[in-house]
Amino acid sequence: MKPGTLGAACLAVIRRDLTLSWRRRGDALNPVLFALVVVTLFPFALGPEPNQLARIAAGIVFVAILIAGVLALDSMFRSDCDDGALEQLVLSPHPLPLLLACKILVHWTTTALPLIVAAPLLAEMLHLQHAVLPVLLAALALATPLLSLLGAVCVALTVGMRRSGMLLALLVLPLYVPVLIFAAGACDAAQAGLPYLAPLLWLGAALVLALVLAPLACAAALRISIT
Amino acid sequence: MRPACASRFLHRDAADARKAWRDRAGLASIPGSMATSPDHDPIPLLEARGLAFARNDEPVFGPLDFRLFAGEVVLIEGDNGAGKTTLLKVLSGLLEPGAGEIVLNGEPLTLARLSHQVALLGHLTGLKGDLTALENLRFATGLGGMRPGITPSLALGSVGLEGYEDVPVRQLSAGQRKRVALARLLLVPAALWLLDEPYANLDRGGIDLVNRLLDDHARRGGAALVTSHGAYAFTSGTPRRLPLRSAA
Repeated sequence: MKPGTLGAACLAVIRRDLTLSWRRRGDALNPVLFALVVVTLFPFALGPEPNQLARIAAGIVFVAILIAGVLALDSMFRSDCDDGALEQLVLSPHPLPLLLACKILVHWTTTALPLIVAAPLLAEMLHLQHAVLPVLLAALALATPLLSLLGAVCVALTVGMRRSGMLLALLVLPLYVPVLIFAAGACDAAQAGLPYLAPLLWLGAALVLALVLAPLACAAALRISIT
Repeated sequence: MRPACASRFLHRDAADARKAWRDRAGLASIPGSMATSPDHDPIPLLEARGLAFARNDEPVFGPLDFRLFAGEVVLIEGDNGAGKTTLLKVLSGLLEPGAGEIVLNGEPLTLARLSHQVALLGHLTGLKGDLTALENLRFATGLGGMRPGITPSLALGSVGLEGYEDVPVRQLSAGQRKRVALARLLLVPAALWLLDEPYANLDRGGIDLVNRLLDDHARRGGAALVTSHGAYAFTSGTPRRLPLRSAA
Protein backbone atom coordinates (compact mmCIF):
# COMPACT_ATOMS: atom_id res chain seq x y z
CA MET A 1 0.00 0.00 0.00
CA LYS A 2 1.77 3.10 -1.15
CA PRO A 3 0.34 6.39 -2.23
CA GLY A 4 0.85 7.66 -5.76
CA THR A 5 3.53 10.16 -6.56
CA LEU A 6 3.05 13.91 -6.55
CA GLY A 7 3.71 14.07 -10.27
CA ALA A 8 0.99 11.52 -10.97
CA ALA A 9 -1.45 13.48 -8.81
CA CYS A 10 -0.72 16.78 -10.58
CA LEU A 11 -1.00 15.06 -13.95
CA ALA A 12 -4.31 13.49 -12.91
CA VAL A 13 -5.71 16.89 -11.90
CA ILE A 14 -4.56 18.51 -15.15
CA ARG A 15 -5.85 15.68 -17.30
CA ARG A 16 -9.22 15.57 -15.56
CA ASP A 17 -9.82 19.32 -15.77
CA LEU A 18 -8.75 19.43 -19.41
CA THR A 19 -11.07 16.51 -20.22
CA LEU A 20 -13.92 18.23 -18.39
CA SER A 21 -13.47 21.48 -20.27
CA TRP A 22 -13.14 19.57 -23.55
CA ARG A 23 -16.49 17.87 -22.83
CA ARG A 24 -17.93 21.38 -22.40
CA ARG A 25 -15.83 23.06 -25.06
CA GLY A 26 -18.67 25.39 -26.02
CA ASP A 27 -18.22 27.14 -22.68
CA ALA A 28 -14.65 28.09 -23.56
CA LEU A 29 -15.97 30.37 -26.30
CA ASN A 30 -18.17 32.39 -23.94
CA PRO A 31 -15.48 34.71 -22.51
CA VAL A 32 -14.22 35.42 -26.04
CA LEU A 33 -17.72 36.25 -27.30
CA PHE A 34 -18.28 38.43 -24.24
CA ALA A 35 -15.08 40.41 -24.84
CA LEU A 36 -15.99 40.72 -28.51
CA VAL A 37 -19.42 42.16 -27.69
CA VAL A 38 -17.99 44.59 -25.11
CA VAL A 39 -15.38 45.86 -27.56
CA THR A 40 -18.09 46.27 -30.21
CA LEU A 41 -20.08 48.49 -27.84
CA PHE A 42 -17.38 51.20 -27.65
CA PRO A 43 -17.53 52.40 -31.28
CA PHE A 44 -21.32 52.61 -30.88
CA ALA A 45 -20.95 54.75 -27.76
CA LEU A 46 -17.96 56.88 -28.76
CA GLY A 47 -18.39 57.10 -32.52
CA PRO A 48 -16.38 55.30 -35.19
CA GLU A 49 -13.60 57.92 -35.40
CA PRO A 50 -10.42 55.77 -35.97
CA ASN A 51 -7.96 58.19 -34.31
CA GLN A 52 -10.07 58.55 -31.19
CA LEU A 53 -10.54 54.77 -30.90
CA ALA A 54 -6.88 54.01 -31.57
CA ARG A 55 -5.86 56.27 -28.67
CA ILE A 56 -7.87 54.25 -26.12
CA ALA A 57 -7.84 50.88 -27.90
CA ALA A 58 -5.32 49.13 -25.65
CA GLY A 59 -7.17 50.21 -22.51
CA ILE A 60 -10.51 48.98 -23.86
CA VAL A 61 -9.05 45.61 -24.84
CA PHE A 62 -7.53 45.20 -21.37
CA VAL A 63 -10.72 46.11 -19.53
CA ALA A 64 -12.85 43.86 -21.78
CA ILE A 65 -10.52 40.90 -21.23
CA LEU A 66 -10.28 41.60 -17.52
CA ILE A 67 -14.05 41.66 -17.03
CA ALA A 68 -14.50 38.56 -19.18
CA GLY A 69 -11.93 36.92 -16.91
CA VAL A 70 -13.86 37.95 -13.78
CA LEU A 71 -17.05 36.40 -15.16
CA ALA A 72 -15.20 33.16 -15.92
CA LEU A 73 -13.55 33.04 -12.48
CA ASP A 74 -16.52 31.61 -10.61
CA SER A 75 -16.32 28.35 -12.52
CA MET A 76 -12.85 27.63 -11.16
CA PHE A 77 -13.91 25.68 -8.05
CA ARG A 78 -17.72 25.86 -8.29
CA SER A 79 -18.51 22.41 -9.69
CA ASP A 80 -15.81 20.78 -7.56
CA CYS A 81 -17.36 22.32 -4.48
CA ASP A 82 -20.89 21.24 -5.45
CA ASP A 83 -20.09 17.58 -6.14
CA GLY A 84 -17.62 16.97 -3.32
CA ALA A 85 -14.53 16.68 -5.53
CA LEU A 86 -12.94 19.51 -3.56
CA GLU A 87 -13.13 17.48 -0.34
CA GLN A 88 -11.36 14.60 -2.07
CA LEU A 89 -8.70 17.03 -3.28
CA VAL A 90 -8.18 18.37 0.26
CA LEU A 91 -8.06 14.81 1.64
CA SER A 92 -5.45 13.67 -0.86
CA PRO A 93 -2.00 12.97 0.57
CA HIS A 94 -0.36 15.56 -1.68
CA PRO A 95 0.25 19.27 -0.97
CA LEU A 96 -2.99 21.10 -1.69
CA PRO A 97 -1.30 24.30 -2.98
CA LEU A 98 0.40 22.37 -5.78
CA LEU A 99 -2.81 20.61 -6.82
CA LEU A 100 -4.60 23.95 -6.82
CA ALA A 101 -1.81 25.49 -8.89
CA CYS A 102 -2.52 22.78 -11.48
CA LYS A 103 -6.22 23.63 -11.42
CA ILE A 104 -5.44 27.35 -11.83
CA LEU A 105 -3.13 26.54 -14.73
CA VAL A 106 -5.85 24.59 -16.53
CA HIS A 107 -8.41 27.30 -15.82
CA TRP A 108 -6.05 29.91 -17.29
CA THR A 109 -5.45 27.72 -20.35
CA THR A 110 -9.14 27.23 -21.00
CA THR A 111 -10.42 30.75 -20.26
CA ALA A 112 -7.60 33.29 -20.63
CA LEU A 113 -5.63 31.73 -23.46
CA PRO A 114 -8.56 31.94 -25.92
CA LEU A 115 -8.87 35.63 -24.95
CA ILE A 116 -5.18 36.25 -25.75
CA VAL A 117 -5.66 34.51 -29.09
CA ALA A 118 -8.64 36.76 -29.81
CA ALA A 119 -6.81 39.92 -28.67
CA PRO A 120 -5.35 40.82 -32.12
CA LEU A 121 -8.88 40.77 -33.56
CA LEU A 122 -10.16 43.00 -30.75
CA ALA A 123 -7.22 45.38 -31.25
CA GLU A 124 -7.83 45.53 -34.99
CA MET A 125 -11.48 46.36 -34.44
CA LEU A 126 -10.37 49.45 -32.48
CA HIS A 127 -7.64 50.50 -34.94
CA LEU A 128 -4.76 49.90 -32.53
CA GLN A 129 -1.38 50.77 -34.11
CA HIS A 130 0.20 47.58 -35.39
CA ALA A 131 3.51 48.43 -33.72
CA VAL A 132 1.81 48.29 -30.30
CA LEU A 133 0.25 44.85 -30.82
CA PRO A 134 3.33 42.82 -29.70
CA VAL A 135 3.52 44.88 -26.49
CA LEU A 136 -0.19 44.34 -25.91
CA LEU A 137 0.20 40.58 -26.33
CA ALA A 138 3.26 40.47 -24.09
CA ALA A 139 1.42 42.46 -21.41
CA LEU A 140 -1.58 40.12 -21.70
CA ALA A 141 0.63 37.03 -21.47
CA LEU A 142 2.07 38.35 -18.20
CA ALA A 143 -1.10 39.93 -16.81
CA THR A 144 -3.70 37.20 -17.38
CA PRO A 145 -1.91 34.49 -15.31
CA LEU A 146 -1.51 37.09 -12.59
CA LEU A 147 -5.25 37.82 -12.76
CA SER A 148 -6.05 34.09 -12.60
CA LEU A 149 -3.83 33.61 -9.54
CA LEU A 150 -5.21 36.64 -7.67
CA GLY A 151 -8.72 35.67 -8.70
CA ALA A 152 -8.27 32.10 -7.48
CA VAL A 153 -7.65 33.32 -3.92
CA CYS A 154 -10.89 35.33 -3.99
CA VAL A 155 -12.83 32.44 -5.56
CA ALA A 156 -11.54 30.15 -2.84
CA LEU A 157 -12.83 32.58 -0.22
CA THR A 158 -16.32 32.85 -1.74
CA VAL A 159 -16.85 29.30 -3.05
CA GLY A 160 -18.79 28.26 0.03
CA MET A 161 -21.49 30.87 -0.65
CA ARG A 162 -24.51 30.25 -2.84
CA ARG A 163 -24.66 33.40 -4.94
CA SER A 164 -21.19 34.82 -4.85
CA GLY A 165 -21.00 36.42 -8.32
CA MET A 166 -21.27 40.10 -7.39
CA LEU A 167 -19.33 39.73 -4.16
CA LEU A 168 -16.53 38.00 -6.05
CA ALA A 169 -16.34 40.88 -8.53
CA LEU A 170 -16.25 43.41 -5.69
CA LEU A 171 -13.46 41.48 -3.98
CA VAL A 172 -11.36 40.86 -7.02
CA LEU A 173 -11.59 44.08 -9.07
CA PRO A 174 -9.65 46.28 -6.59
CA LEU A 175 -6.87 43.69 -6.66
CA TYR A 176 -6.81 43.88 -10.45
CA VAL A 177 -6.22 47.66 -10.53
CA PRO A 178 -2.40 47.54 -10.20
CA VAL A 179 -2.19 44.85 -12.87
CA LEU A 180 -4.31 46.98 -15.19
CA ILE A 181 -2.17 50.06 -14.54
CA PHE A 182 1.09 48.34 -15.43
CA ALA A 183 -0.32 46.48 -18.45
CA ALA A 184 -2.03 49.54 -19.92
CA GLY A 185 1.01 51.64 -18.99
CA ALA A 186 3.27 49.47 -21.12
CA CYS A 187 0.97 49.89 -24.12
CA ASP A 188 0.69 53.64 -23.54
CA ALA A 189 4.47 53.95 -23.48
CA ALA A 190 4.81 51.90 -26.66
CA GLN A 191 2.18 54.04 -28.36
CA ALA A 192 4.07 57.23 -27.38
CA GLY A 193 7.36 55.73 -28.58
CA LEU A 194 8.78 55.58 -25.04
CA PRO A 195 10.57 52.61 -23.43
CA TYR A 196 7.95 50.11 -22.32
CA LEU A 197 10.10 47.39 -20.77
CA ALA A 198 9.89 48.58 -17.16
CA PRO A 199 6.12 48.06 -16.66
CA LEU A 200 6.39 44.66 -18.34
CA LEU A 201 9.19 43.67 -15.97
CA TRP A 202 7.09 44.82 -13.02
CA LEU A 203 4.28 42.58 -14.26
CA GLY A 204 6.74 39.71 -14.56
CA ALA A 205 8.00 40.26 -11.03
CA ALA A 206 4.46 40.38 -9.67
CA LEU A 207 3.63 37.19 -11.58
CA VAL A 208 6.57 35.35 -10.02
CA LEU A 209 5.52 36.53 -6.58
CA ALA A 210 1.90 35.47 -7.15
CA LEU A 211 3.02 32.14 -8.59
CA VAL A 212 4.64 31.33 -5.25
CA LEU A 213 2.21 32.91 -2.81
CA ALA A 214 -1.24 32.67 -4.44
CA PRO A 215 -1.56 28.84 -4.37
CA LEU A 216 -0.65 28.86 -0.68
CA ALA A 217 -3.23 31.55 0.08
CA CYS A 218 -5.74 29.74 -2.13
CA ALA A 219 -5.28 26.49 -0.20
CA ALA A 220 -5.70 28.24 3.14
CA ALA A 221 -8.83 30.05 1.92
CA LEU A 222 -10.35 26.83 0.55
CA ARG A 223 -9.81 25.04 3.85
CA ILE A 224 -11.75 27.84 5.54
CA SER A 225 -14.51 27.79 2.91
CA ILE A 226 -15.29 24.09 2.95
CA THR A 227 -15.66 23.88 6.72
CA MET B 1 -18.74 20.25 31.30
CA ARG B 2 -18.81 16.53 30.56
CA PRO B 3 -22.24 15.35 29.46
CA ALA B 4 -23.31 12.02 30.83
CA CYS B 5 -23.84 10.70 27.33
CA ALA B 6 -20.13 10.71 26.54
CA SER B 7 -19.35 7.40 24.89
CA ARG B 8 -16.42 5.60 26.35
CA PHE B 9 -14.76 2.56 24.94
CA LEU B 10 -12.07 1.24 27.15
CA HIS B 11 -9.25 -0.75 25.73
CA ARG B 12 -10.61 -4.00 27.10
CA ASP B 13 -13.97 -3.47 25.37
CA ALA B 14 -12.22 -2.76 22.15
CA ALA B 15 -10.11 -5.90 22.39
CA ASP B 16 -13.19 -7.99 23.14
CA ALA B 17 -15.09 -6.54 20.23
CA ARG B 18 -12.12 -7.04 17.97
CA LYS B 19 -11.93 -10.65 19.00
CA ALA B 20 -15.65 -11.09 18.44
CA TRP B 21 -15.35 -9.52 15.01
CA ARG B 22 -12.47 -11.73 14.09
CA ASP B 23 -14.17 -14.86 15.40
CA ARG B 24 -17.23 -14.05 13.39
CA ALA B 25 -15.26 -13.44 10.24
CA GLY B 26 -13.20 -16.55 10.83
CA LEU B 27 -9.98 -14.61 11.09
CA ALA B 28 -8.17 -16.58 13.76
CA SER B 29 -4.88 -15.66 12.19
CA ILE B 30 -4.20 -13.07 9.56
CA PRO B 31 -0.64 -13.21 8.31
CA GLY B 32 1.00 -9.88 7.88
CA SER B 33 -1.73 -7.84 9.45
CA MET B 34 -1.66 -5.90 12.66
CA ALA B 35 -4.69 -7.79 13.89
CA THR B 36 -2.69 -10.96 14.51
CA SER B 37 -1.19 -9.82 17.80
CA PRO B 38 -3.97 -8.34 19.89
CA ASP B 39 -2.25 -8.84 23.23
CA HIS B 40 0.98 -6.96 22.58
CA ASP B 41 -0.22 -4.60 19.92
CA PRO B 42 -1.62 -1.65 21.79
CA ILE B 43 -1.32 0.86 18.92
CA PRO B 44 -4.82 1.43 17.57
CA LEU B 45 -5.30 2.47 13.96
CA LEU B 46 -7.39 5.36 15.17
CA GLU B 47 -7.78 6.78 18.63
CA ALA B 48 -9.92 9.69 19.77
CA ARG B 49 -9.18 11.29 23.11
CA GLY B 50 -11.77 13.65 24.53
CA LEU B 51 -12.83 14.52 20.99
CA ALA B 52 -15.48 17.23 20.80
CA PHE B 53 -16.72 19.61 18.14
CA ALA B 54 -18.71 22.80 18.48
CA ARG B 55 -20.18 24.96 15.73
CA ASN B 56 -20.55 28.62 16.70
CA ASP B 57 -20.16 27.66 20.37
CA GLU B 58 -23.03 25.14 20.04
CA PRO B 59 -21.72 21.70 20.94
CA VAL B 60 -22.32 19.19 18.15
CA PHE B 61 -20.95 16.04 19.75
CA GLY B 62 -18.56 14.78 22.33
CA PRO B 63 -16.46 14.56 24.28
CA LEU B 64 -15.81 11.12 22.79
CA ASP B 65 -13.14 8.58 23.66
CA PHE B 66 -12.76 5.52 21.53
CA ARG B 67 -10.22 3.31 19.84
CA LEU B 68 -10.43 1.59 16.52
CA PHE B 69 -8.10 -1.30 15.78
CA ALA B 70 -7.07 -2.83 12.51
CA GLY B 71 -9.61 -5.43 11.42
CA GLU B 72 -12.52 -3.69 13.05
CA VAL B 73 -15.72 -2.24 11.66
CA VAL B 74 -17.61 0.07 13.98
CA LEU B 75 -21.11 1.31 13.34
CA ILE B 76 -21.79 4.86 14.48
CA GLU B 77 -25.42 5.11 15.41
CA GLY B 78 -27.36 8.24 16.06
CA ASP B 79 -30.49 10.17 15.21
CA ASN B 80 -30.62 12.82 12.53
CA GLY B 81 -28.55 15.77 13.65
CA ALA B 82 -26.60 13.77 16.21
CA GLY B 83 -23.37 14.80 14.50
CA LYS B 84 -22.46 11.60 12.65
CA THR B 85 -21.36 13.33 9.46
CA THR B 86 -19.52 16.00 11.45
CA LEU B 87 -17.70 13.30 13.42
CA LEU B 88 -16.51 11.65 10.21
CA LYS B 89 -15.38 15.00 8.81
CA VAL B 90 -13.45 15.70 12.00
CA LEU B 91 -11.88 12.23 11.95
CA SER B 92 -10.84 12.63 8.30
CA GLY B 93 -9.16 15.92 9.14
CA LEU B 94 -11.51 18.10 7.07
CA LEU B 95 -12.76 19.85 10.19
CA GLU B 96 -10.63 20.84 13.12
CA PRO B 97 -11.87 19.36 16.41
CA GLY B 98 -12.93 21.86 19.04
CA ALA B 99 -11.29 19.86 21.79
CA GLY B 100 -9.39 16.63 22.22
CA GLU B 101 -7.11 14.95 19.75
CA ILE B 102 -7.12 12.30 17.05
CA VAL B 103 -4.25 9.87 16.89
CA LEU B 104 -3.81 7.93 13.69
CA ASN B 105 -1.39 5.00 13.86
CA GLY B 106 0.31 6.60 16.81
CA GLU B 107 0.72 10.02 15.18
CA PRO B 108 -1.51 12.99 15.93
CA LEU B 109 -3.70 14.02 13.00
CA THR B 110 -3.80 17.71 12.25
CA LEU B 111 -5.51 19.68 9.54
CA ALA B 112 -2.15 20.72 8.15
CA ARG B 113 -0.87 17.15 7.92
CA LEU B 114 -3.66 15.10 6.45
CA SER B 115 -2.93 11.45 6.24
CA HIS B 116 -3.22 9.35 3.14
CA GLN B 117 -4.48 6.53 5.31
CA VAL B 118 -8.04 7.84 5.37
CA ALA B 119 -10.67 7.43 2.66
CA LEU B 120 -13.92 9.34 3.14
CA LEU B 121 -17.16 8.49 1.38
CA GLY B 122 -19.60 11.28 2.10
CA HIS B 123 -23.04 12.33 0.94
CA LEU B 124 -21.26 14.03 -1.96
CA THR B 125 -19.39 11.35 -3.83
CA GLY B 126 -16.94 13.67 -5.60
CA LEU B 127 -17.65 12.02 -8.95
CA LYS B 128 -17.76 14.12 -12.11
CA GLY B 129 -20.95 13.73 -14.10
CA ASP B 130 -19.24 14.59 -17.39
CA LEU B 131 -16.60 11.89 -16.98
CA THR B 132 -17.18 8.17 -17.43
CA ALA B 133 -17.05 5.80 -14.48
CA LEU B 134 -13.62 4.59 -15.55
CA GLU B 135 -12.24 8.13 -16.00
CA ASN B 136 -13.47 9.06 -12.53
CA LEU B 137 -11.72 6.04 -11.02
CA ARG B 138 -8.51 6.72 -12.96
CA PHE B 139 -8.49 10.23 -11.54
CA ALA B 140 -8.97 8.87 -8.03
CA THR B 141 -6.01 6.51 -8.38
CA GLY B 142 -3.86 9.27 -9.85
CA LEU B 143 -4.67 11.46 -6.89
CA GLY B 144 -4.55 8.92 -4.09
CA GLY B 145 -2.47 6.07 -5.46
CA MET B 146 -3.57 2.52 -6.18
CA ARG B 147 -3.66 -0.60 -4.07
CA PRO B 148 -1.49 -3.30 -5.63
CA GLY B 149 -3.28 -6.08 -7.47
CA ILE B 150 -6.33 -4.12 -8.57
CA THR B 151 -7.20 -1.93 -11.53
CA PRO B 152 -10.06 0.52 -12.10
CA SER B 153 -11.86 -1.92 -14.42
CA LEU B 154 -11.49 -4.77 -11.92
CA ALA B 155 -12.87 -2.53 -9.18
CA LEU B 156 -15.87 -1.59 -11.34
CA GLY B 157 -16.49 -5.28 -11.98
CA SER B 158 -16.40 -6.10 -8.30
CA VAL B 159 -19.10 -3.54 -7.49
CA GLY B 160 -21.36 -5.00 -10.16
CA LEU B 161 -20.87 -2.29 -12.78
CA GLU B 162 -19.24 -4.35 -15.49
CA GLY B 163 -20.18 -2.91 -18.87
CA TYR B 164 -20.67 0.60 -17.48
CA GLU B 165 -17.00 1.61 -17.91
CA ASP B 166 -17.64 4.16 -20.63
CA VAL B 167 -20.98 5.52 -19.46
CA PRO B 168 -20.84 9.12 -18.19
CA VAL B 169 -21.59 9.14 -14.49
CA ARG B 170 -24.45 11.62 -14.97
CA GLN B 171 -26.37 8.90 -16.83
CA LEU B 172 -26.05 6.46 -13.93
CA SER B 173 -28.70 6.13 -11.23
CA ALA B 174 -28.03 7.33 -7.68
CA GLY B 175 -27.39 3.76 -6.54
CA GLN B 176 -25.00 3.08 -9.42
CA ARG B 177 -23.10 6.29 -8.60
CA LYS B 178 -22.79 5.07 -5.04
CA ARG B 179 -21.32 1.85 -6.40
CA VAL B 180 -18.75 3.81 -8.42
CA ALA B 181 -17.83 5.65 -5.23
CA LEU B 182 -17.45 2.29 -3.47
CA ALA B 183 -15.16 1.13 -6.29
CA ARG B 184 -12.99 4.17 -5.52
CA LEU B 185 -12.62 2.94 -1.92
CA LEU B 186 -11.44 -0.42 -3.24
CA LEU B 187 -8.75 1.25 -5.34
CA VAL B 188 -7.12 3.75 -3.03
CA PRO B 189 -4.62 2.38 -0.51
CA ALA B 190 -6.30 3.74 2.62
CA ALA B 191 -6.36 1.64 5.77
CA LEU B 192 -9.20 3.55 7.39
CA TRP B 193 -12.55 3.93 5.67
CA LEU B 194 -14.97 6.57 6.89
CA LEU B 195 -18.33 5.79 5.30
CA ASP B 196 -21.19 8.22 5.73
CA GLU B 197 -24.52 6.43 5.17
CA PRO B 198 -23.07 3.96 2.65
CA TYR B 199 -26.40 2.12 2.53
CA ALA B 200 -28.40 5.08 1.24
CA ASN B 201 -29.78 4.68 -2.30
CA LEU B 202 -28.68 1.05 -2.50
CA ASP B 203 -30.85 -1.96 -3.26
CA ARG B 204 -30.63 -5.22 -1.31
CA GLY B 205 -27.78 -6.41 -3.49
CA GLY B 206 -25.99 -3.14 -2.88
CA ILE B 207 -26.38 -3.43 0.87
CA ASP B 208 -24.91 -6.94 0.74
CA LEU B 209 -22.12 -5.53 -1.41
CA VAL B 210 -21.23 -2.89 1.19
CA ASN B 211 -21.19 -5.53 3.91
CA ARG B 212 -18.97 -7.78 1.79
CA LEU B 213 -16.57 -4.92 1.01
CA LEU B 214 -16.35 -4.07 4.71
CA ASP B 215 -15.69 -7.72 5.58
CA ASP B 216 -12.91 -7.94 2.98
CA HIS B 217 -11.44 -4.66 4.11
CA ALA B 218 -11.35 -5.78 7.75
CA ARG B 219 -9.77 -9.07 6.69
CA ARG B 220 -7.00 -7.18 4.90
CA GLY B 221 -6.19 -5.45 8.16
CA GLY B 222 -8.11 -2.27 7.45
CA ALA B 223 -10.71 -0.65 9.65
CA ALA B 224 -13.90 1.25 9.00
CA LEU B 225 -16.25 3.63 10.74
CA VAL B 226 -19.74 3.48 9.26
CA THR B 227 -22.60 5.81 10.07
CA SER B 228 -26.19 4.77 9.90
CA HIS B 229 -29.34 6.35 11.23
CA GLY B 230 -30.57 2.89 12.02
CA ALA B 231 -32.75 2.24 8.99
CA TYR B 232 -30.32 -0.38 7.75
CA ALA B 233 -28.34 -2.59 10.00
CA PHE B 234 -25.66 -5.07 9.11
CA THR B 235 -27.30 -8.16 7.76
CA SER B 236 -24.44 -10.36 8.88
CA GLY B 237 -23.00 -10.48 12.36
CA THR B 238 -23.01 -7.74 14.96
CA PRO B 239 -20.28 -5.15 14.65
CA ARG B 240 -19.29 -2.94 17.54
CA ARG B 241 -21.57 0.03 17.89
CA LEU B 242 -20.69 3.57 18.88
CA PRO B 243 -23.81 5.41 19.99
CA LEU B 244 -23.70 9.11 19.28
CA ARG B 245 -26.11 11.51 20.83
CA SER B 246 -26.29 15.22 20.37
CA ALA B 247 -24.20 17.00 22.95
CA ALA B 248 -26.60 19.93 23.06
